Amino acid sequence: MKLYLKIWRQFDASSKGEMTDYEIDEVSEHMSFLEMLDLLNEILIQQGERVIEFDHDCREGICGQCGVMINGRAHGPLRNTTTCQLHMRSFKDGDTIYIEPFRAKAFPVLRDLKINRKAFDTIIASGGFIGASTGQAPEANSIPISYETAEEAFDAAACIGCGACVASCKNASAALFVGAKITHLTLLPQGKVEAPKRAINMVKQMDLQGFGNCSDTRACEIECPQGISVLSIAKMNLEYMKALAFRK
Amino acid sequence: MMESKIPEGPLSEKWNTYKAKAKLVNPANRKKLTIIVVGTGLAGASCAASLAEQGYNIKSFCFQDSPRRAHSVAAQGGVNAAKNYKNDGDSTFRMFYDTIKGGDFRSREANVYRLAECSAALIDHAVAQGVPFAREYAGYLNNRSFGGVQVSRTFYARGQTGQQLLLGAYQALERQAALGKVALCTRHEMLELVVIDGKAKGIIARNLETGKLERHVADAVVLASGGYGKVYYLSTLAMGCNSSAVWRAHKKGAFMAGVSWIQFHPTSLPQHGENQSKLTLMSESLRNDGRIWVPKRANDDRNANSIPEEERDYYLERRYPSFGNLAPRDISSRAAKERIDAGHGVGPMKNAIYLDFSDAIKAQGKDTIEAKYSNLFTMYEKITGINAYKEPMLISPSAHFTMGGLWVDYELMTTIPGLFALGEANFADHGANRLGANSLLQACVDGYFIAPYTIPNYLAGELNTTKFDIDHPAFEEAENAVRRQLDRFLHTNGTLSADYFHKKIGRLLYEKCGLSRSRKNLEEAIIEIRELKASFEKDLRITGDNTLNSELEKAGRIADYIELAELMCYDALQREESCGAHFREEYQTPDGEAVRNDEEFCYVSAWEWKGQNKEPELHKEPLVFEAVELAVRSYK
Repeated sequence: MKLYLKIWRQFDASSKGEMTDYEIDEVSEHMSFLEMLDLLNEILIQQGERVIEFDHDCREGICGQCGVMINGRAHGPLRNTTTCQLHMRSFKDGDTIYIEPFRAKAFPVLRDLKINRKAFDTIIASGGFIGASTGQAPEANSIPISYETAEEAFDAAACIGCGACVASCKNASAALFVGAKITHLTLLPQGKVEAPKRAINMVKQMDLQGFGNCSDTRACEIECPQGISVLSIAKMNLEYMKALAFRK
Repeated sequence: MMESKIPEGPLSEKWNTYKAKAKLVNPANRKKLTIIVVGTGLAGASCAASLAEQGYNIKSFCFQDSPRRAHSVAAQGGVNAAKNYKNDGDSTFRMFYDTIKGGDFRSREANVYRLAECSAALIDHAVAQGVPFAREYAGYLNNRSFGGVQVSRTFYARGQTGQQLLLGAYQALERQAALGKVALCTRHEMLELVVIDGKAKGIIARNLETGKLERHVADAVVLASGGYGKVYYLSTLAMGCNSSAVWRAHKKGAFMAGVSWIQFHPTSLPQHGENQSKLTLMSESLRNDGRIWVPKRANDDRNANSIPEEERDYYLERRYPSFGNLAPRDISSRAAKERIDAGHGVGPMKNAIYLDFSDAIKAQGKDTIEAKYSNLFTMYEKITGINAYKEPMLISPSAHFTMGGLWVDYELMTTIPGLFALGEANFADHGANRLGANSLLQACVDGYFIAPYTIPNYLAGELNTTKFDIDHPAFEEAENAVRRQLDRFLHTNGTLSADYFHKKIGRLLYEKCGLSRSRKNLEEAIIEIRELKASFEKDLRITGDNTLNSELEKAGRIADYIELAELMCYDALQREESCGAHFREEYQTPDGEAVRNDEEFCYVSAWEWKGQNKEPELHKEPLVFEAVELAVRSYK
């Protein structure tokens, strides 16, 4: 099929970017979206032009490194699907596709479609862990955890840290990302000891990184490739309020 | 130079003996020592976090935008541990034996025993970190079975075990970063090892955001940079996986061992076209319930569901009745290739086999199968558009894991003092074939439980040696070498992209140094690789400049892959036997089983770099078996 692409090109964080037009032929429906971009880059190299920079790595939907806005939607039209898992059979001959980076104040553009998501790492560093150092662990089965609790914790732990939630939110809020980590760790008995400190520190760090507030539009849940529930945001709020109320 | 340093005493006491005698560094002195860790996968992140917890200063490097992206994240099926929670006869010795046998008796007894011995502690630690492993209804940890074993010792977190273990290690790493003990250098790529007075003392790294070359000095360097299966281009690996850190250390004097021992995963998705960049893995755990078959009649074009039962060949169950669909990976992959080559392949390109769940769905119900594998079935449908609850999956073998890597001694130190290699980057534990769910284990055990003892043992001797800084001529020289290479890539002005060369070397290796090898093919391959190298030097085209430039990054990785490919062929050519994943067509039984040659090849092949276009030099480390008897590895 033939496609008309409008792709965001921006040299670096301080330059002004713009949408640039490209046409591409011979796209097969079996190609992944990123393989289509590979093909375009191959053509640009033949023409001696600088390639379109985009982030990607595992290409199987788990590393969280890829992610662009496709026709205004994070990771494109399919639900629960990362950009790398989107295939061209979701498009048809003659389509025009708009491709832009995930946009947020806390995610500055590095070049073209590549962005800087260090803000997420910084939030995790502020409290997104159970502080068990190597060597301290008790026997694994000494902490029974019900099947349901383990599954619920897993649902939240499945977050891949791609940033689609932030890019989809009109406030560029990271509430789903932070809520998912708080939910994962706080549901588990091992994670309860640090729960109050974790909630306060992570919420504070989220604000410091320049993410907006949650106004409950729930766009994040719709676009999350792992289908993480907005209930984790409620859980974050609950843990945060509890921590504040009982703070000594 | 190659001393394995295996401690004295009975097998089960060796590690305890080592730990009891290892030198320690006083807590006050630890903060005077810096360790560079390249890679933030399970091995790198766990090592960096554990050493930082002890009080050392860590500089952690990864080429991805965050440590959490490292390719350990993609491991699906699980992690093995000899907990014997199922009371089904498991023990440290049993796990050790399965791993040694699975590796076709081409690994060190002492290393493998230690791996099994430390496995239980890993599960304890991961649970303490909050890894949400699968549970039974009573709240205790659940297990499943994996290829090549007859007990249930695999712990799992749905089909995302690697992700969950990695998040545990990543969070531990970030915790130390917040405490100021780890400096995180993300989007940095190691491009040279700096060796001073024969010891590893630092690296040259390129900041991938700016293109700037940086000098980093340390008291020890750890490479935990993963495997090089991506040399085959089409593989289950991430696009950025590369051999560069390992290869550049090799060219600085570190030996490479078992280089051509590459595992082809039996259950990946088949190739469908020329522009494909990746062969996605479907977890081996699917083989617990899926049955593998091809049509009995060659070139049978009928739809899978319309081929009656009696016309299906369940070839693994037929050839290996006691292990059936859970035969080890090398054997399953080779059996698939045999059927495909004989004309029984299925799918549009006739390059696949069926993995069929219809019997399991009938016996257990769709809900049960969905609960076990829903994410894999969903992923399969996303990629292929096919619903595997209704028709069998199409799968085929794909390049996956490198058993080979940097040669290391019992302490995980390479032939360069002060340079350690952990996880898939080393050659140590898997012999000629790795068992499923042992790679996460090895990466974690290396990083959490071994390196935190062996690296301090080395550092204790470094406290009172001369300290170097980044103005030392060795740094100057290393940086200049890197800069010259980058300039050359940017100014070659040829016509062919880096990917062109990558695809070319990948195809060549699949054909001539892949699932099966022969003297004739390997000799041809070496000549062709040299031709490709000459072409790469004059025909490469890199657009853009020396700032942020993904094409320039690729060029360096592919230059290294081309050289590595040549060594892989030498390694495969020299080893005139079939063992594990290394199948030499000349050495097989009449019914196509591998023939190992313990008389002549019961050793580790470690290769020394001798310079461009020179033949590498072979060093042999004899493998001595005291606890097990060398046996023909049969799964029949």
